[in-house]
Amino acid sequence: MATQVTSETADSIADLIRVSVPQRSLGRDLRAVSIVWRRELLRFQADRLRIVSALVQPVLFLLVLGTGLSRLAGRGMPPGLSFSTFIYPGVLSMSVLFTALFSAGSIVWDREFGFLREMLVAPVSRAALVIGKCLGGATVATFQGLVILALAGLVHVPYNPVMFLEVIGELLLLSFTLTAFGVMIAARITQMQAFMALNQMMVMPLFFLSGALYPLNGLPTWLTIVTRFDPLTYVVGPMRHAVFSHLGLSPAAAAATAALDPGVTWGGWKVPDGLSLGLVAVLGVLLLGLAIAEFRKTD
Amino acid sequence: MSDAPAVEVRGLVKSYGQVEAVRGIDFEVRPGETFGFLGPNGAGKSTTIKILCTLVNPTAGAARVAGFDVVKKRDLVRQNIGLVFQDTTLDNYLTGEQNLRFHADLYGVPRTQVAPRLKQVLDMVDLWDRRGSVVGTYSGGMKRRLEIARGLLHAPRVLFLDEPTVGLDPQTRSGIWAYINDLKQREDITIFLTTHYMDEAENCDRIAIVDHGKIVVLDTPEALKASVGKDRVQITTADDQTAIAELKSLFGIDDAAVREHQVTFSVTDGEQFVPRLFAELTVPIRSVSVARPSLDDVFMSYTGKTIRDAEASAGDRGRAQMMAFRGGGRR
Repeated sequence: MATQVTSETADSIADLIRVSVPQRSLGRDLRAVSIVWRRELLRFQADRLRIVSALVQPVLFLLVLGTGLSRLAGRGMPPGLSFSTFIYPGVLSMSVLFTALFSAGSIVWDREFGFLREMLVAPVSRAALVIGKCLGGATVATFQGLVILALAGLVHVPYNPVMFLEVIGELLLLSFTLTAFGVMIAARITQMQAFMALNQMMVMPLFFLSGALYPLNGLPTWLTIVTRFDPLTYVVGPMRHAVFSHLGLSPAAAAATAALDPGVTWGGWKVPDGLSLGLVAVLGVLLLGLAIAEFRKTD
Repeated sequence: MSDAPAVEVRGLVKSYGQVEAVRGIDFEVRPGETFGFLGPNGAGKSTTIKILCTLVNPTAGAARVAGFDVVKKRDLVRQNIGLVFQDTTLDNYLTGEQNLRFHADLYGVPRTQVAPRLKQVLDMVDLWDRRGSVVGTYSGGMKRRLEIARGLLHAPRVLFLDEPTVGLDPQTRSGIWAYINDLKQREDITIFLTTHYMDEAENCDRIAIVDHGKIVVLDTPEALKASVGKDRVQITTADDQTAIAELKSLFGIDDAAVREHQVTFSVTDGEQFVPRLFAELTVPIRSVSVARPSLDDVFMSYTGKTIRDAEASAGDRGRAQMMAFRGGGRR
């Protein structure tokens, strides 16, 4: 057989095509990011039950637990501030917590049902696929947060556009980081049950340790330390600050409220909101990088 | 360009730990050809296809698809191939059209060409009217057709079909073959497929029979059948053992054996042999059938077993391979 000859011919074809078609252009990868992102939205839209079910828990926390506990916690609250208002930023972050992790988990479904293979054999970079997925999860989770945001009036939070923008930005950041985390985990997991179990294991500790339900000052040392390792802490703090600064309280009430909004402190030093959110952003990018590396490995 | 082989494989080996799934395979597929890999489950067909589609790296040897090395030019190979997997890889929650659009964007089909191309491939597989339905509502045959349409969307030069009709009813199977044959009329495309259905292999221009990770024989279906040369005769008798003994002593036929409750043997000219059989055999004959050589006989004559026997014995190897796949990680 004329192996030599055919290989050479093939080489010359390869050269020809390589010259005319750039192997991987940014435009191609951006198009892939966009379609993976759009698929998340389409699927979210199609799944109304999921939208409703993801609402149940936050609403339960906000209206039932918040109202119920305010009878107990009410005494510690300054006048004009209800317990429901206090936990509102925490509940906002909770609503995106569920949705972001669930969105990332759909990678495990995709693997089980084969669709992941359709993506992995495509001539686009793995980074494009992972970024599209994380952006999709972040968008969908933020949508979910918007629904809770719409309930602001129920807990006496004014519909202030500046506050809304701040909170939405924070929700986007949080949900992107959470989705990246979920995608990194999902890359290693082949069964949905396993992912669900892992999710259950993570969601509650992340939520309870974030200061969503109580102020982070005056805690026992061990709990103070543990809460500082919860990434959610660094979003709940600034978000509470954003909400509280727009409540329109009397100066006296505002001073009293400040004690409930201590922000995140490291050994007495108050971490500025910007740094706090910056840390979350850095973590998000780091996790995204790990997730991409994880998917490159499957080559 | 048209002279370069569409697929070129040299000394291909793939082992998963102790298990050698592919043990040194060489072949070439010419552009425009329909080339079939025929063999029992676990013979190494799917592993070969995975290597050619850049999903798995070979342990040794080399392969080129559409002129590109499958290890070094992964992206260019992917750009030039269409893939229909053994199991479905559709998003059941999206509509047929959404699934195809996803594919078009991922494969960088030029935006202006997406809509006309979409119409073209959906028309070909008769799914244009159902394009707006969620794929979860499709039947098995419709999903398969949609996958074939998707595999063609980016106008690949080589289409890989891994067991394209496995698990489908006969009517759907023949329908899909009608589409594939139609496709060859319309598109300038090379088709590489694997199958363990003998009748399907008949649709190929050339067939490679694979067993135990090796190519046993490679030729056109006609040439393969001609190489067997003999007709297959099946008789039911009152006493099979005596019949077998007499076939040997009276006619010198030594390949007679009971298969599927019938005495089966081969002779050069079956139709003229039958009268002699009735005249000379002492055992009463209840029924006779004579068949021209089929690919089943070809498989049998080259491997010494029927494809079903081969599958039974390959079962363990297949399982070991599956374990190796799972252990090997995610795909």
